Amino acid sequence: MITLEGVGKTYRLGETDFAALMDINLRINRNEYVALTGASGSGKSTMMNVLGCLDTPTVGRYTLDGEAVAGLDEDALASVRNRKIGFVFQNFYLRARASALDNVAQPLIYRGISPAQRNARAREALTRVGLEHRLMHKPNELSGGQRQRVAIARALVGRPELLLADEPTGNLDSKTAVEIMELFSELHRDGLTLVVVTHEPDVAAHCHRVVRLHDGRISEDRTQTPVTPASVAA
Amino acid sequence: MTARASNADEDLRTNRVQSSFYAVQECLRSALASIRAHGLRSFLTMLGIIIGVASVICVIALVQGLSQSISQQFQGLGSNTLTLRAETPFEDQLRGKRNRLKVSDLDQLKFRIEGIKNVTPVVFASSRGGADVRNGSNIAAGQMFGTTESYQEVQQTFPKYGRFLTESDDVTRRRVVVLGEQMRRDLKLPENPVGRFIQIGSEWFKVVGTMEPRGEMFGLSQDNYLLMPYQTALAVTGVVIQPDLWVIFSVTDLNAMENIKDRVASLIRQLHQIKPGKPDDFKIEASDTLAKSFKEISTTITLVVAGIVGISLLVGGVGIMNIMLVSVTERTREIGIAKALGAPRQFILMQFLIEAMVLAVIGGLIGIVLGYALGFGIAKMIPNFPDPTVPWWAVVGACTFSGLIGIIFGILPASKAANLAPIDALRYE
Repeated sequence: MITLEGVGKTYRLGETDFAALMDINLRINRNEYVALTGASGSGKSTMMNVLGCLDTPTVGRYTLDGEAVAGLDEDALASVRNRKIGFVFQNFYLRARASALDNVAQPLIYRGISPAQRNARAREALTRVGLEHRLMHKPNELSGGQRQRVAIARALVGRPELLLADEPTGNLDSKTAVEIMELFSELHRDGLTLVVVTHEPDVAAHCHRVVRLHDGRISEDRTQTPVTPASVAA
Repeated sequence: MTARASNADEDLRTNRVQSSFYAVQECLRSALASIRAHGLRSFLTMLGIIIGVASVICVIALVQGLSQSISQQFQGLGSNTLTLRAETPFEDQLRGKRNRLKVSDLDQLKFRIEGIKNVTPVVFASSRGGADVRNGSNIAAGQMFGTTESYQEVQQTFPKYGRFLTESDDVTRRRVVVLGEQMRRDLKLPENPVGRFIQIGSEWFKVVGTMEPRGEMFGLSQDNYLLMPYQTALAVTGVVIQPDLWVIFSVTDLNAMENIKDRVASLIRQLHQIKPGKPDDFKIEASDTLAKSFKEISTTITLVVAGIVGISLLVGGVGIMNIMLVSVTERTREIGIAKALGAPRQFILMQFLIEAMVLAVIGGLIGIVLGYALGFGIAKMIPNFPDPTVPWWAVVGACTFSGLIGIIFGILPASKAANLAPIDALRYE
């Protein structure tokens, strides 16, 4: 579903060019659960931006769900993000003044869906993450784990092809982090494709495949048996 | 996957008009939410617009109220009347020359020009050094005119008690008068003074009627006058040969007014034997000339004030732009999130434009209310000042103009917001 061919990204830092990504070739199939890991500065954030169509690669080809994405203009990229990608960020990035329901419904605004339909689908998504009793709460009235669940519901509400999570547990305590990772596993079981960017081995352990970046190149790409609550218990 | 595909189709089914409606609705909602979230700041931002609009509405309300009450008073005089009076150039006046209309002019006017309904001559009845009007020890000073029966038709003013002057009064030079309301009050005569006698100079006159009150204009009473028969006035004042008379006449067809004016002018020139190229020795005025010139003045005042206030609204607009720029910077993260979630440039642009516009329009509305209240207060403080009126065009204009200001000064902040790169905006701390 995701195909990166010879993808590179260079930034201009003053006089010199800095290559954040070099010659990336990667295929991710539908319903894969991939951890993207690496030390800081390894290029995993850039990779996440490219995968998430937030940034365009300098060279190479990127095909997402059969659509050539590299080289699209900003509005076309916005439309791709809106239809095909769900984002989960480390800092949740919720609108502080809006209720959980409004936060979750936000991506649907840009599709021109009626408010009634938006709310119905947002409610559905919040129910999916177990927050059906917190619809009208503002982010500051929710715990960290609940906030991240709202963010996940927002990522799911548009029924995306790909869920991209950037350090989803970075701001959560370990117990809540496990809950979130379990939610991800469930979503994976339901058929979603997930890419989780993380530097924590515990988080990567939940994934079926680990792609490690080092100095802007893929240094490791292996499949693994994920830890499950069952295996932890055993 | 089939379920997902069908859901995508369902999303596409809403048509374009509907989606843009939902988008505008959402922008309005978020604009109001953001204005409410920063209540005091929003109010201070609007202050420039509020003050600008309030002052323009205040001035317009006062000027319009004044001009409306004046034109109402002039309507009573009949807008289909013309006044023909003698006019003497200033140099000739210095030489002691006075142009006069002739009594024969009046008859010629009556018989030679079609489309004239009523003609009445009017003459000052107090030319012999301001004779007092007296009722016992009560003295009144007002204007005294001599005129004929058709005066009431021409001026559209009718007796309240008793009767008006009649033709037989005129022919027999009867010593009778009709009083204006103010004159009656000054003379301390009863409400219905018909049959009472008053003294003008040394002559006694019988009161046969009083006129309907006409009210005040610029704080001056319009009812401080008395009327006596034309011939009586000539006899009393002793200027039978060349009275300083003027003629008021009404036209049957209002549209023919200008035409009749021209015909009267050429007739009088002919009668007075004025050679081509020489100036007229008379003047024809429409009764609403004063009203018209006042209207012109009020329009000028309104325009000048509108211009000055336009500048203050521009300043208000700059204030809005300033705060919107701050707001864009503050909400960089929020914009980044919206962009990450798939908001197109246009949507962000519209969101901030609408917010600027809503700010300006709310300011405008507050300004309208405040301006009207202010105008009302001022009008109440000045005695005899008419109530202010705010015409609909001022309200619509103020709203439109402040909305435009909002849009114009919102463009810069809005495009700044729309042009943010999503990753930079997301990373902004």
